[in-house]
Amino acid sequence: MGMKQGLVIEDWGLVEYSQALERQRALVQKVLEGAPDHLVLCEHPAVLTLGRMTKPENLLYQRHDIEARGVALAKVDRGGDVTLHAPGQLVVYPIFNLNNTARDLKVYMESLQEVAVDLLKNFGILAISVPGQRGVFVGPTKIISIGVGLRKWVTYHGLAINVNTDLSLFDLIKPCGLNVRMTSMQELKGHHVPMQDVKPRLVEQFQRRFCFL
Amino acid sequence: MTNIILPELGEGITKATVACWHAKPGDSLRQGQDVCEVVTDKASFVIEAPRAGLLKSICIKEAQDAPVGGVLGTIE
Repeated sequence: MGMKQGLVIEDWGLVEYSQALERQRALVQKVLEGAPDHLVLCEHPAVLTLGRMTKPENLLYQRHDIEARGVALAKVDRGGDVTLHAPGQLVVYPIFNLNNTARDLKVYMESLQEVAVDLLKNFGILAISVPGQRGVFVGPTKIISIGVGLRKWVTYHGLAINVNTDLSLFDLIKPCGLNVRMTSMQELKGHHVPMQDVKPRLVEQFQRRFCFL
Repeated sequence: MTNIILPELGEGITKATVACWHAKPGDSLRQGQDVCEVVTDKASFVIEAPRAGLLKSICIKEAQDAPVGGVLGTIE
């Protein structure tokens, strides 16, 4: 990959999913018009997002039962099945112009998986990506979900990293249509993992993998 | 007439599924306007109109697969 303009890091804090989606779309447009690549970090209030490939049977409860637990529902224009976002989960939206590097979806997805595995290694967690299954696993449990969108080869959507997520919320769904249990960094380490420790490590991994240093 | 083609998406990716069409036959399209979206395993990709004109036909319907290089629809 060639030389690039610096990466712009934006931390949006806790932001509604729908609002973040609008802001991502605006950023995609800016990047298409020549702005440098952006890396957005945020968290969302509890929401189930339904990708284009969502099968109804992967929602294990009725809408009103889900909403009664304080979890919203949102349809989204990404591939993949149903995903849960909630506070304590670090959501990462790379808005990268792949026209400047490699216009290859497979290479991009694999790079995201490598970033995720390397991040967890920083925290002493040995994770793997399973061939044919998007996302990152620790043993049989899944810790990071991946789902991306592209417009004119500019990326949006991205990674959902379970740092301190309330894992009981995943009982509402079959995550990504898979029969897997979700885990978190908190569960694996046995203690709360400060988000402020994770964010700089993650940025560093992105800069390394995508050659921004 | 111009074909709307499923572009190369990456090494080893041979097909994608049409997730939705944003236009129906007879609709007028601007060049670069979103015309449909395709999905692979975990990624969605927006396909734009290659030129201005009327959407003449939809060759690959929603939920159907298209091969890379295949004709998704036509513009005249």
